[in-house]
Amino acid sequence: MTNYKLSLENISKSFGTLKANDQVTLDVRPGTVHAVLGENGAGKSTLMNILYGLYRPDEGRILVDGQAVAIDSPRAALAAGIGMVHQHFMLVGQLTVTENIVLGMKGQGLKLDLATHVRKISELSQSFGFEIDPEAEVMKLPIGMQQRVEILKLLYHNAEVLILDEPTSVLTPNETGPFFELLERLKSAGKTIIFITHKLDEVMTIADDVTVMQDGKVMASLPKSDTDPANLARIMVGREVLFQVKRSSHASGPVVLRLADVSASNTRGLTALDQVTLEVRAGEVFGIAGVDGNGQAELAETIAGLRPVDSGRIFLSDSDITQTSISDRADKLGIAYVPEDRHRDGIVLDESVAQNMILRTYDRAPFARFGFFNPGAIRDHAERLTSAFNVRMQSVDQEIRFLSGGNQQKVILARELEGEPKVLIVAQPTKGLDVGAIEFVQQQILVQRDRGVAVLYISTELEHLLDVCDRVGVLFSGKLMDTVDSSEATPERVGLLMAGVAA
Amino acid sequence: MESLLNPQAITEILTTSLRLSVPLVFAALAGVLSERSGVFNIALEGKILAGAFGAAVGAFFMNDPYSGLVVGMLFGMLAGSILAVLGVTFGVNQIVTGIAINIFVLGITAFLSRIVFGAQANTLRLPGFKAFDFPGLSSIPIIGPVLFGQDLMVYLMFACVGLVYFFLYLTPWGLAVRAVGENPAAADSAGLSVPKLRYGCVIAAGALAALGGCYLVLAQVFLFSEHMSAGKGFIALAAVILGRWNPVGAMCACLLFGFFDALQLRLQFNYQEVPHQFFLMLPYLISILALVGLVGKPRPPSAVGRHYRREAK
Ligand SMILES: Nc1ncnc2c1ncn2[C@@H]1O[C@H](COP(=O)(O)OP(=O)(O)OP(=O)(O)O)[C@@H](O)[C@H]1O
Ligand SMILES: [Mg+2]
Repeated sequence: MTNYKLSLENISKSFGTLKANDQVTLDVRPGTVHAVLGENGAGKSTLMNILYGLYRPDEGRILVDGQAVAIDSPRAALAAGIGMVHQHFMLVGQLTVTENIVLGMKGQGLKLDLATHVRKISELSQSFGFEIDPEAEVMKLPIGMQQRVEILKLLYHNAEVLILDEPTSVLTPNETGPFFELLERLKSAGKTIIFITHKLDEVMTIADDVTVMQDGKVMASLPKSDTDPANLARIMVGREVLFQVKRSSHASGPVVLRLADVSASNTRGLTALDQVTLEVRAGEVFGIAGVDGNGQAELAETIAGLRPVDSGRIFLSDSDITQTSISDRADKLGIAYVPEDRHRDGIVLDESVAQNMILRTYDRAPFARFGFFNPGAIRDHAERLTSAFNVRMQSVDQEIRFLSGGNQQKVILARELEGEPKVLIVAQPTKGLDVGAIEFVQQQILVQRDRGVAVLYISTELEHLLDVCDRVGVLFSGKLMDTVDSSEATPERVGLLMAGVAA
Repeated sequence: MESLLNPQAITEILTTSLRLSVPLVFAALAGVLSERSGVFNIALEGKILAGAFGAAVGAFFMNDPYSGLVVGMLFGMLAGSILAVLGVTFGVNQIVTGIAINIFVLGITAFLSRIVFGAQANTLRLPGFKAFDFPGLSSIPIIGPVLFGQDLMVYLMFACVGLVYFFLYLTPWGLAVRAVGENPAAADSAGLSVPKLRYGCVIAAGALAALGGCYLVLAQVFLFSEHMSAGKGFIALAAVILGRWNPVGAMCACLLFGFFDALQLRLQFNYQEVPHQFFLMLPYLISILALVGLVGKPRPPSAVGRHYRREAK
């Protein structure tokens, strides 16, 4: 046998008729970062759940250090030195950082010695430069911190192999740099890392080897030095991918949405929006750039009506809507809002895909007739949208919980883009999507624009923003720093504004 | 009015309060334990009754209260196991399962008690636990007799409150139980067995709730009568909420209820011209008011009542 840290041999797994993994073989060298790439629904998370003992494979075996091991539960995986950070975190929000980390640890004696754990965890966390309070309640930590808790947990459990399922999709671009430094440090500490991502540039930056999956099969497995992003994209999607959407120039219409000196507070009562004034025209995509947490969420929420303004006014085609209710804004005025945390705010996990598709329109014809659901119409509608958006699933009756992360995103986007809004607010629409899907979503947004919708496009991913927007405004500490025309918006110029440096 | 406020009367009311609270506290502890692990326990009522019947059977045949205690707990654990098998393994709706258990236990104990005790059922005097005094301590004015002049099971109850508290908040298993009740997927991913933990809690809860029934038989009435649980399981359920799923909190809620129950008994006695139904209402009224007013918005363990499965086929 060769000296692989970890080998997966001929792993297959079906869910009903769907082959999520088909004879997958994967070899990981010790002390390397091994990237796993693949479209939404390609079977990456399924494979990792098998490796971590959460799913049982139908066939195949797993070797650690050349020895076949039976991994039939997370406990067995942890015992074999394998730990995993899931795409949707597995933390108990109501418990503290320390409690989450020691949860499930063996050999603790009768009484839990939390004080000692707190001390050790804070030492460990400091040695990696994490600023985490070990006694903080996890629920109250921002998502980037929660990720660190997950990683600390693996380190504290002495995991040798760390599986990270789309870790960068919850990070902002300026958090990615430090995160990669962390990966390098882990690597030099001898850890082996399996890193799932959709971002090809990340693969090129951090990975040693790459495996590309498509439809449950491994398409290629090769050292990074033998490939380039265009090649990877081709293997992954099975066609040439344009990294730039085609944007026709387009004349915009009258001002539809106008904010005049709007100020608002965040959940903690601090000023989050500071006298923001902006205009979005019909048939225009107005981008909001900025480092996460500079007021983007509050901006979207005040326009959607979820958050009251402290001062200032909001106009829709010249009528003042500052005091209009959320439901009136959505239903009567046509303001559509795609929230950033779609997993939390946008879907009902226990319901079917078809039901999730009509969350906003369930009480209207053709979905409801005389107060009863019309299952035929609901299914047809869902089938049309899911095929348009290429959502991978078994059927529209499947619970949405069992769709892959990226496909859940597509369901919400499909639902929100389908109406005929006047104003469309989208927050981070490309998060967790594969390159093909990003291309598609951006095209859909441009289709809306060409129909005359006023689009407010909020994203922390500057390149995607510059690809689709006609104008870009930059938020910094709640202030709109400046608005730049897309023809003049270079990454450098916008980047400076994002850092709070006025032009 | 003076008859309510003299030291003698206060001591009597407090003693009665405590004695009325004991079965509630045992049942509420059971509720806390099982709901903390994520299993809704509407079957407390049935488990009290199963425990009461077991206690009577054990004490009757072995002619000693300790055997009653053991058999009572076994019967409670049996009822708990039914909930565990149906609710945890097969994912049957936990409320439906709980109601079914309540109805089943009510019927089967009534039926079996006729077979076992026959005609002497209502005249029986089973061996039980007698109150005893801690010398010296029990003569402390007012509270002495209340706290130091009780029977063994009262002290067992306080010990159980401490034990459940210690278990939930100070041991690794307690942490695991709390995690399973809040986010079973996360607990599973941390290498814990969700079904094992839930089985453990639900069966232990069966034994605890049964102790409430044992107390009724072995320390209060010394016989078994049909449906002698009389709704105590449901009051305990409210106490769990009022006590915010905390064993000490739940105990306080039960004591509060027991106090108003004792008070209303006393008032009934003192004011016989007032229809007694009016006083009977008092404890229930107070618990409703407390639920509505005092606690704010109670937040149950997030996963309570929900079946957990790892992957769907
Ligand atoms: N528990 C399950 N039950 C049924 N189908 C499932 C289950 N888990 C995954 N699937 C299906 O298996 C396929 C692969 O899903 P998986 O989550 O592995 O994709 P992925 O590559 O991680 O995608 P993404 O990039 O979107 O996260 C999907 O079509 C998904 O719907
Ligand atoms: Mg995934």
